[in-house]
Amino acid sequence: MTAPTDTRAIEAAALRSDRFRLEREGDWQRLDAIVTRMENGRLRKLSDEDVLALPVLYRTVASSLSIARETSLDAATLGYLEALVQRAWFVVYGPRSSLGSWLRGFLGGNWSAAVRAIWLDILIALAVMVAGATVGWLLVASDPEWYGVIVPGQFMDARQPGASAEVLRGTLSGADGARGLSAFAAFLFSNNAKVAIMAFALGFAFGVPSLMLLVQNTAGLGAMLWLYHDAGLLLDFAAWLSIHGTTELLAILLAGGAGLHIGRAMAFPGNKTVLEAAAIAGRRAAMVMAGVVLMLVVAALLEGFGRQLIADTMGRLTVGGFMLALWLAYFLALGRDRQEGGKTR
Amino acid sequence: MTAAPPTTLRRNPRDREMITPEGIALPITLASRGGRAGALMLDFMIIGFLQFATTVALLFMAGGTITGLMDGEQASGPAMSALEFLAVVWIIAMFLFRNAYFLFFELGPRGATPGKRLTGMRVASRDGGRLTVEMVIARNLLRDVELFLPLVFVSMAGAGEGGAAGIAAVAWFLIFAFFPFFNKDRLRAGDIIAGSWVVETPRRKLEAVLSGTPGSSAAAAAAPAPAHRFDFGERELSVYGEYELQTLERVLRDNRPEAMRAVYETICGKIGWTPGSGDERAFLDAFYTQLRARLESGMRMGRRKADKYTPGP
Repeated sequence: MTAPTDTRAIEAAALRSDRFRLEREGDWQRLDAIVTRMENGRLRKLSDEDVLALPVLYRTVASSLSIARETSLDAATLGYLEALVQRAWFVVYGPRSSLGSWLRGFLGGNWSAAVRAIWLDILIALAVMVAGATVGWLLVASDPEWYGVIVPGQFMDARQPGASAEVLRGTLSGADGARGLSAFAAFLFSNNAKVAIMAFALGFAFGVPSLMLLVQNTAGLGAMLWLYHDAGLLLDFAAWLSIHGTTELLAILLAGGAGLHIGRAMAFPGNKTVLEAAAIAGRRAAMVMAGVVLMLVVAALLEGFGRQLIADTMGRLTVGGFMLALWLAYFLALGRDRQEGGKTR
Repeated sequence: MTAAPPTTLRRNPRDREMITPEGIALPITLASRGGRAGALMLDFMIIGFLQFATTVALLFMAGGTITGLMDGEQASGPAMSALEFLAVVWIIAMFLFRNAYFLFFELGPRGATPGKRLTGMRVASRDGGRLTVEMVIARNLLRDVELFLPLVFVSMAGAGEGGAAGIAAVAWFLIFAFFPFFNKDRLRAGDIIAGSWVVETPRRKLEAVLSGTPGSSAAAAAAPAPAHRFDFGERELSVYGEYELQTLERVLRDNRPEAMRAVYETICGKIGWTPGSGDERAFLDAFYTQLRARLESGMRMGRRKADKYTPGP
């Protein structure tokens, strides 16, 4: 493949292992040059010839290393070969799929497949969320003092127990002009993404904090539901909430389910080691989470724009219901034939 | 085909072995904890700088629109939406810097953020396979809980609220910060979830051939040919093993006269020669070549002598 380094030099080398090395070092240097260029991100400067030669050279050098280990005691050469094979290995087996092609596979079914794969965790998370909302409702119904404890401070403006129906209705109308909506939407996204990432990442502690976070958030929801129910505005409140809430609550549900999935895999690893189980569950959950962030973008847009611009109850319910149906159809139907986590390896 | 274990002079507690799909055992070195902390600091400094620069640039633009707003009151509509647009850009940019910075760089061909790259390390898959997009996402989502979240709590506690919550946040932060100390592969919580680890990127140059005349050493070539060739017998060469050979190789490659002098005298003492002076390099070159030839021919026969304590042929 390469021009012999210098026949005289090869003959002059006293040791067989050094002759072995001198005969092959042309290939090694060429692989070194290609790998160095790729590591420096200068992919475009590589000729087609070099790109085609890369896997072949990699195997050649890898076999040189195997032979050198059995025959040579030249530590510098062995060290060089080990480092070179490792660097080439990183390039040959490095992150292959570009973000674009990954995204296509992701939206085209890998995401919904990952969501279906953690259905049990999602059901558990759903049960926890419903329980949280029920508890919030019951607590406040038994003693309105609880309201101040459960509901986060940012919603405490006019929405107090004992507020008149008129005041409460005012908080739902929301159409004070379209000004500032896009900034509001961006803020909501950034904020909700933080909560969802937390629900996911807390799954690391065997899923318990994820569930607590879900309970805490839905208890506030239950308390507010009770407040509006008390004022006879339950349907209006549900509509106000549903326009973005169907997307957002679904996203938080998925995030909680993903966190729980990791926690469950670590608590009950089955036949695998804890580390293996955590890694497999983590990759699947990360897939779900990438989609959750996407859903939160949609939810923030709906919340920032849709809710303020569509003021009547029926319109809001329609949009919310439509979004819910859309997501469910997507998760349940798309990519059924695809293997879970089905990527080319 | 499994090859012999990697040959290294020194064993490091951070050394691990990785089997490539071709069945070759590659030695890899895990990145040190201090190096990783340093890389994280560098990345935070870069992120901080980027966020600061973006904020200043956006403020500058906002300042321009506000003065425009002052001058002409009739233009308030478009100017307000321009301000709003800048606010949106700012919020999204801050989110992206915090979350997408690590993703973007670790998915690149180097598998490392600029901080990791400067400290000579990269992310790799623990099972020897390909580093996938999901792994990188998973290991970076956890960063939020490990670092950003407790820092926010701590700053809240610093503002005077909730002593217990502040202590809990500090404990939380410490648990995750010291996570790499509690497992043997120095994994961060994110690495455990993702199935990845952080390794050092090796970078070595191919060094010159030591045996044989051409290119062995310029010094030897320039010096007048030694008066006599050194020839060592079976008895002299059987004293040493591979470990000593590789130590000698290092001394020859370093090419420091005083070190060579010391090694020369040691070897002479060991094999019972009377040390002369002036041609240490030639002596050591010859000894190295002949010892290596002997040990390598033993290797081909399946006999290895690890060091001078190994009873050998």
